[in-house]
Amino acid sequence: MSNVFQLVWLIPLLPLLGFLINGLGRKQVSKTMAGIIGSGTVLLSFLISLAVFMQLNSGNVPVTSFHYFDFINITALKIGFDFQVDQLSSIFLLIITGVGFLIHVYSTAYMHEEESKDFAKYFAYLNLFVFSMLLLVMGANFVIMFMGWEGVGLCSYLLIGFWFKNTNYNIAAKKAFIMNRIGDLGFLLAVFWLISKVGSVDFHTVFTNVPTLFTSGKITTFDITGITMLLFVGAMGKSAQIPLYTWLPDAMAGPTPVSALIHAATMVTAGIYMIARSNILYTMAPATQCVVAIVGLSTAILAATIALKQNDIKKVLAYSTVSQLGYMFLGLGVGAYTGAVFHVMTHAFFKALLFLGAGSVIHAMSGEQDIRNMGGLKKYMSITHITFLLACLAIAGMPPFSGFFSKDEILAGAYERSPLLWGVGVAGAIMTAFYMFRLYAMTFLGKFRGTHEQEHHVHESPKAMTIPLIILAILSVIGGWIGIPEIFIHGGHKLETFLAPVFAQSNALTEKHPLSHATEYMLMGVSVGAALVALLYAWTKFSKYQKTDTEETGLGKVLANKWYVDELYDAIIVRPVQSIAKYFNTVFEKKGVDGFVNGVGKAVNYGSRQIRLLQSGQVGTYVLMMVLGILIFFIIQLFL
Amino acid sequence: MDPKNIWITFPELLIWFPLVAGLVAFVIRKEKTVKQWALLASLITLSISIVSLVYADNTKNFYLNNVSYFWLKYLGSNFSVGLDGMGHMLTALTAISFPVIFIATYKTNYKNANVFYGLMLLTQAGLMGVFSALDLLVFYFFWELAVIPVYFLCSRWGGEKRVQATFKFFIYTFTGSLLMLVGIIYVYMHTMPTPSAPHSFSLNVIYSATLSVAEKNWLFWLFFIAFAIKMPVFPFHTWQPDTYEQAPTSTTMVLSGIMVKMGIFAVIRWILPVFPDAVTKFDNIIIGLSVFGMIYASLIAIKQDDLKRFVAYSSIAHIGLMCAAIFTKTEIGLQGVMIQMFSHGINIIGMWIVVDLIEKQTGTRKISELGGIAHKAPVLTIFLVVIALANIALPLTNAFVGEFMMFSGLFTFNIWFTAFAGLSIILAAVYTLNMVQKVFYGEANSITGNMQDISWNQKLILGVLVVFIFLFGVYPQPILDLTKDTVTAILAKIH
Amino acid sequence: MEIQWYIGLSVALFCTGIVGVLTRRNSIIIFMCIELMLNSVNLLLVAFSKMHAASSVLQSNPNVVSDAQVFVFFIMVVAAAEVSVGLAIIVMLYRNTHSVDVNFLNRLKN
Repeated sequence: MSNVFQLVWLIPLLPLLGFLINGLGRKQVSKTMAGIIGSGTVLLSFLISLAVFMQLNSGNVPVTSFHYFDFINITALKIGFDFQVDQLSSIFLLIITGVGFLIHVYSTAYMHEEESKDFAKYFAYLNLFVFSMLLLVMGANFVIMFMGWEGVGLCSYLLIGFWFKNTNYNIAAKKAFIMNRIGDLGFLLAVFWLISKVGSVDFHTVFTNVPTLFTSGKITTFDITGITMLLFVGAMGKSAQIPLYTWLPDAMAGPTPVSALIHAATMVTAGIYMIARSNILYTMAPATQCVVAIVGLSTAILAATIALKQNDIKKVLAYSTVSQLGYMFLGLGVGAYTGAVFHVMTHAFFKALLFLGAGSVIHAMSGEQDIRNMGGLKKYMSITHITFLLACLAIAGMPPFSGFFSKDEILAGAYERSPLLWGVGVAGAIMTAFYMFRLYAMTFLGKFRGTHEQEHHVHESPKAMTIPLIILAILSVIGGWIGIPEIFIHGGHKLETFLAPVFAQSNALTEKHPLSHATEYMLMGVSVGAALVALLYAWTKFSKYQKTDTEETGLGKVLANKWYVDELYDAIIVRPVQSIAKYFNTVFEKKGVDGFVNGVGKAVNYGSRQIRLLQSGQVGTYVLMMVLGILIFFIIQLFL
Repeated sequence: MDPKNIWITFPELLIWFPLVAGLVAFVIRKEKTVKQWALLASLITLSISIVSLVYADNTKNFYLNNVSYFWLKYLGSNFSVGLDGMGHMLTALTAISFPVIFIATYKTNYKNANVFYGLMLLTQAGLMGVFSALDLLVFYFFWELAVIPVYFLCSRWGGEKRVQATFKFFIYTFTGSLLMLVGIIYVYMHTMPTPSAPHSFSLNVIYSATLSVAEKNWLFWLFFIAFAIKMPVFPFHTWQPDTYEQAPTSTTMVLSGIMVKMGIFAVIRWILPVFPDAVTKFDNIIIGLSVFGMIYASLIAIKQDDLKRFVAYSSIAHIGLMCAAIFTKTEIGLQGVMIQMFSHGINIIGMWIVVDLIEKQTGTRKISELGGIAHKAPVLTIFLVVIALANIALPLTNAFVGEFMMFSGLFTFNIWFTAFAGLSIILAAVYTLNMVQKVFYGEANSITGNMQDISWNQKLILGVLVVFIFLFGVYPQPILDLTKDTVTAILAKIH
Repeated sequence: MEIQWYIGLSVALFCTGIVGVLTRRNSIIIFMCIELMLNSVNLLLVAFSKMHAASSVLQSNPNVVSDAQVFVFFIMVVAAAEVSVGLAIIVMLYRNTHSVDVNFLNRLKN
């Protein structure tokens, strides 16, 4: 095949096939087959993605979109079922299929205790997710992107509620879907706005036409700000930013590999992808950029504070995900698009690793998730322990692990905009180091605090689980080396060069004030140094952790209860909506609208009952009436 | 095609065949035979409709799709029927729905089955007539022909409170019909003379009736209220939950799947081009009402405990959007309505089939009493989930295309209406997922404990519907191409 | 004779009839009063016909002059039929209630 691009349609199609085979034949396929089909299709997609990436990396391939058929084609609007593969989507393709494949492999072991048909169903859902996510990043217009966008939401819903007999899980699934839908509404409105202003949803058309329409005055700053804000609302929902972040921690009800794949590595980064994709719009709307940066930073801090006090291993990781996503949005907000995409990538590695590690721990502890009941696992599970430690170092931003490079780039970008943003960002980084090592120390160091049965049962996970861990650990360590800043190695930031065409338009619009080398060293030094202190403090403090029964008080209690945000939403949104619905149902509909209708009926009934009395049956009365009637006629006719 | 070689046209076939079949059904005494006859008749109608779709292009095959002969000559009413794109689409929907309904309820036994199936087929004939009438009097005639059998169907084979519900339904629709009749006569009296009669009911003559602005304004309301009751749009909707709840399920499917489209169709065919100024004048009020109705019905749907009432309110919410989109008078909005008419028909019939299956097996429709069906009947659950997702317009299902286009049209009309109406997207997710969760997930209880999974004929029917859901969700262009001529013609009349 | 005399007589007869119908309870008397009213109208019809025939328009076309007179015969024939039916009803009524009082007729059931 001379041009691998002709095969891109296979990339999403293969997981779709996997979904169909596993889904329709879930009673027929054996567990092994389901696992092979599930993982194999994703592996094939990964290989094609890799080839695509190679081709893109090797030379100047013009950005091409592939038109398959017309989705909607009317006079006013043409939307094609188009795919587009460029540098940005190819990075995402690699992450999705690569990390996705590892997680599929991991799942074959993790989910092994499920019944055969549930096992196949699980892989079907997972494949469907990969398909939707690929659709999302490969779509050449906002509508195809939206298909994937909602599709991943659906898969998230299905997988969170995978064990559907448990009502709490179902509620968590529902919550995730509905919160995503709130964001989706924003996304849709933005698309409608684009249609009404630009008349197209095609990425290429929109991004080339908007600047020209802007200069000709057909599109105002208000329009662009509105569109970008609404798109950002969509991103808030999908990528769990304030105020729509509360679904993500609850989403941990799903199987752990799902948390790794969907709720950490890929789906939640869809918002970042979308904004990076429409970077030109954001660059043209500084007001929105400002909002994005502030929301991102506040989310990063808020989630980090909550993570400080959580005791569920997955909850800590969930809040840390929310917090890291906040950093990515900070990067997007300050115009460090490459940094944000870079962080998506490194984050995918180490967060997937953390979740899979957590899954390995939970597996070993027979479903125990409370870190207060763990401890000392270091000696039982060495591979999990080592890989987990590497991931923690990466997320804490220790050089030369991957997280250091990406986070540093975002923070440097923030400093360019405003030192204040940088300062708050570093505070978040300190907290990150603290809670991650609290988690690490409480889980792996110290003494075992679980029951004897658990201690007896603890074991290292099977190979299908540890090999993905090892691969991800390697990536977490070296993944950052493709983006080494200028100050260390000239031309070391390969990712920036690779992505340059995607962000060229935005970069041309913004003025760069490169930081001096001294400042940059200083910034790195401060953030790494502070994080290191927090890390060591947490290490020493929590490796000697003893279980206590004391309740949290004061701020600690507020943090442990997640700032009572869920309760707040319940009070100001859920309950009012419920009571309005109840009012409409019982009062307005029954007594108002229907009451009016029935009232008309009753009035007719009542009226006829009264008039009936005139029909006495007395012939004399009738005749009298008749005569009187005639007389009245005469009088009217003759005298009036 | 040479018009002389054509001895019968598609609209005639589509009307007369079910009519005759229905009359024949009345005299078949054996229940099983009449069932088979009705199914066979509906399948033949379906095949006629499919063949007609091949010749749907009116520019090439005008004489296959249009016919007109004298009916009440000196009144100026011709029996003129014809199918344009919209007509083809809706007759196809009608033709598809009836076999689906008959197969899905094949195991249900009715007293006096011959009368039941006869009436059903008469309804089908009436619906076909409504969708193809090109003469106002013929339209009115078929409008009533479609509704009157439904009165009998509801009042004889319905649930406990059937008489009450039918009475309400009757009064509502009849009020609407009478208002429309007054409007029809008034418009008729103001039409230009034709060679054979002083006035005319013909569609083209009606378009050019000489009416003052004030007259058009109140005539608009006469027609609109009649159609709004049928759709129904807030605040004319309260007959619907009662009727849907009480009517036998197969009739409910006809009512919600197709008859609702009569109202929408009539607005597009008989209001938009006839009273364009009034439409522009009142569009804010009507879109406002529709949008409010959407949110209102969605909120009420959250609180419903009866599955049938639940579906009824969710349908009102969807119809509200269609009504609003019509009055945006944009190409994208109208095309959205076209595709959504089809999709809504398919989806809601699927919904009813599932509800019916649950009711037949458990004997209850109460959401609070059900639970855990997913464990007992996984296949049914998969179908339901797909249909429910189509109901909330998830992308790649058919409803998404329609809703996307309608919202898009609404957006060009008014941003704030769109934003408010958009809340229904969220609310739809809330009530649908609530229902799915309570009925299908969780642990099975004593009521659902003995549920069986669905049989092959139900699988087949639901499978067909699901294929439609995905087919037009991924590739909606055929429907858009089909209805393009109608939309273009109507927009040309308005602007 | 002037037309108003006829009108006067006819109105007087008619009013007598009405008063009779309104005030009497004996159904035979009422029946006779109805006949009286009917015949007062007949009288009026004949009188108007006569007057009409004298008008200038119809003098040129004498064939139509007697039209109204013919109608009176029709009315009388119909009245005769009506009398026979009415009397039959009254006879039946008497058999059932042993009275010809119309106030016993206020119930259609039973």
